[in-house]
Amino acid sequence: MSPRVLRTEDWTAPVPPVKREVLSALPHPDDGRPPLLFVPGLGHAAWSFREHWLGHAATRGFPAYAISPRERGTLRAYVHDVVQAAAGLPRQTVLIGHGFGALVVAHALARYPARAAVLSAPLLNGWAAVGAALRANPAGALPGLLGRPVRLSGPQLGLADTARVAGVPARLCRELIMAPDPGEPVGAPPTLVLGSPDDRVVTRRALDAAAARYGGAPLLFPGMGHDLMLAPGWEEPIDAVLDWLLKELPS
Amino acid sequence: MQDTPDIADRHDAVCVIGAGASGLATVKNLREQGFSVDCYERETSVGGAWNWRHDRSPVYASMHLVSSRPLTEFPDFPMPDDWPDYPHHTRLLTYLERYADHFGLRDSIWFGTEVVAVTPAGDGRWEVTTRSTGGGAERVQRYAAVVAANGHNWAPKPLSVDTSGFRGKVMHASAFKDPAQLRGRRVLVVGGGNSGCDIAVEAAQQAETVWHSTRRGYWYAPKYLFGRPLDQMLLHWRLPQWLYERVLRLAVGDLTRFGLPAPDHRPYESHPVVNSQLAYYLGHGRITAVGDVARMEGSTVELADGRRIDPDLVVTATGYLPHFGFLAPELLDMDEDGRPDLHLHTFARKHPTLAVVGLVQSDAGLFPLAHWQSVAVARWLRLRLTDPDRAAAVQQKESSRPLRSWTRLKVVPSSRHWFEVGHLSYLRAVQGLLDEMEPAR
Repeated sequence: MSPRVLRTEDWTAPVPPVKREVLSALPHPDDGRPPLLFVPGLGHAAWSFREHWLGHAATRGFPAYAISPRERGTLRAYVHDVVQAAAGLPRQTVLIGHGFGALVVAHALARYPARAAVLSAPLLNGWAAVGAALRANPAGALPGLLGRPVRLSGPQLGLADTARVAGVPARLCRELIMAPDPGEPVGAPPTLVLGSPDDRVVTRRALDAAAARYGGAPLLFPGMGHDLMLAPGWEEPIDAVLDWLLKELPS
Repeated sequence: MQDTPDIADRHDAVCVIGAGASGLATVKNLREQGFSVDCYERETSVGGAWNWRHDRSPVYASMHLVSSRPLTEFPDFPMPDDWPDYPHHTRLLTYLERYADHFGLRDSIWFGTEVVAVTPAGDGRWEVTTRSTGGGAERVQRYAAVVAANGHNWAPKPLSVDTSGFRGKVMHASAFKDPAQLRGRRVLVVGGGNSGCDIAVEAAQQAETVWHSTRRGYWYAPKYLFGRPLDQMLLHWRLPQWLYERVLRLAVGDLTRFGLPAPDHRPYESHPVVNSQLAYYLGHGRITAVGDVARMEGSTVELADGRRIDPDLVVTATGYLPHFGFLAPELLDMDEDGRPDLHLHTFARKHPTLAVVGLVQSDAGLFPLAHWQSVAVARWLRLRLTDPDRAAAVQQKESSRPLRSWTRLKVVPSSRHWFEVGHLSYLRAVQGLLDEMEPAR
């Protein structure tokens, strides 16, 4: 599929600007490695990466940034914000999306030629996600059918404490189901898909399908839940991502 | 540069001429397709026309975009969304500098190096002669392809009247860098294009007296329509010509009352002039509209209607002419007036490895067009290497693409309108070419 040249909506109805929250952890000294931009999933914000991954990436020499989703945002607005944040960084950026954030990244890749892309526990297939949520946490998911916020539970995410995880507006769940195809990434960035076979949000089948689309097999971290960046053992996935980047992007 | 004499053959590398907006996009998109690129830039910094420090830069002090930000930015590197709808030229330069740094393009650019000649070397390869801008020895290197992105707004079109006997100061719009140059002067601005109107408006706020000379009537479009940038509204509505004419007549009204000539063409048939303030200052008597200049002698300027005025500063905003001094005219199929005949204003018809990026004007910004032109060039050069049969088929198919689908056949017969295209129809044609080059599934 060739890139989409005619973008009438972006030309005639640009996404309104907002002040974006971007947290960062920067290496000293900066050896010129590509910056990483982490994009959180539903119910999460930049804080979920600041817990562990941002600082860890910085200690390994990568300038690391995490963006919070805007209030009352849409998929289109999130994609806009990610592309804006990436283009605002000094060097060509690696986009790393988690869960719904991976869907945002998949769409952003069709706009911005990322240096590389990482889709962590990617929520690319809306219907599969609905099925998984109804199985794993019916009490939390059912309100979504009535247009009320969907709640994510600790066992579902693989976390002991979910106090900071916000409810997900039903509107966003609808967008997840209705999301159009993200399109082909521009600039053919190397792409890594990773996840856990024991994830109760993204099924193994959805994970395999995502990896197949981006040309490979998923990197698996058995025993971990959905929230790879918060759960115990968070070092393993981020180290694997950084090792992969060092191998893919020789300086 | 390295001193080793044996690197004269650059094998599969592509030569890009110019590191302005079009050249930078070309370097980036060629590298994205895996090409090694040598870009030659006669100045010592990027930005081309948008870098006001360059001696050939056409930007003037008060210059802002005339197309709005979303229709002017590179599609894969948006301008910051908190910038205004119509940013100032200095912001455009920082944008291009950031683009070059973000994608690490400076590694591929040889600054302070001029391209003197580009000649075919057989087999579709090219011999490129370069020289340090200050002079010095020439150097010849061989490339697989050449993309000229040397811009078309740097060789000023001379004023058609003789100014040698005129005692006042005459300067081209590109030399106007500071509003103070106009302060207290009696200024005549010649030219009805965007720069002429902008400078007349600037002079209205600075100078003692302002005359604005235009040869023909134009459609002066406002920068905003119903509170939204004009180009966004036009693309939103996709107005046909007759309806756009109605909208302009309604929103701007009849300007002949201010002494401006009535347009001798219909909207879309010339490069749009977007200026909301000209009518305002005409109406306040700060600008006097006058006709064509016939003679300039002593301290007076005689107009075509016989009237005489006495400016002490004449700013000529006569526009620019494309100029390809390094290429033999037949390589670009130039006509006797120096207008190249290129497929999509981009691809040389007889030389598949020669292209020009940025030689278009549209009703919106140039950067998106230059971006997609260079994407098409890069993919075309890649396809020639990977699948020559398909490349031949694409070339065959493209040669039958009707001219009217991507260019405006009916334009004002003037040296500055022949490469006018419509943003939508042009990009639709480029999309068609990109689709054809896509590997079959």
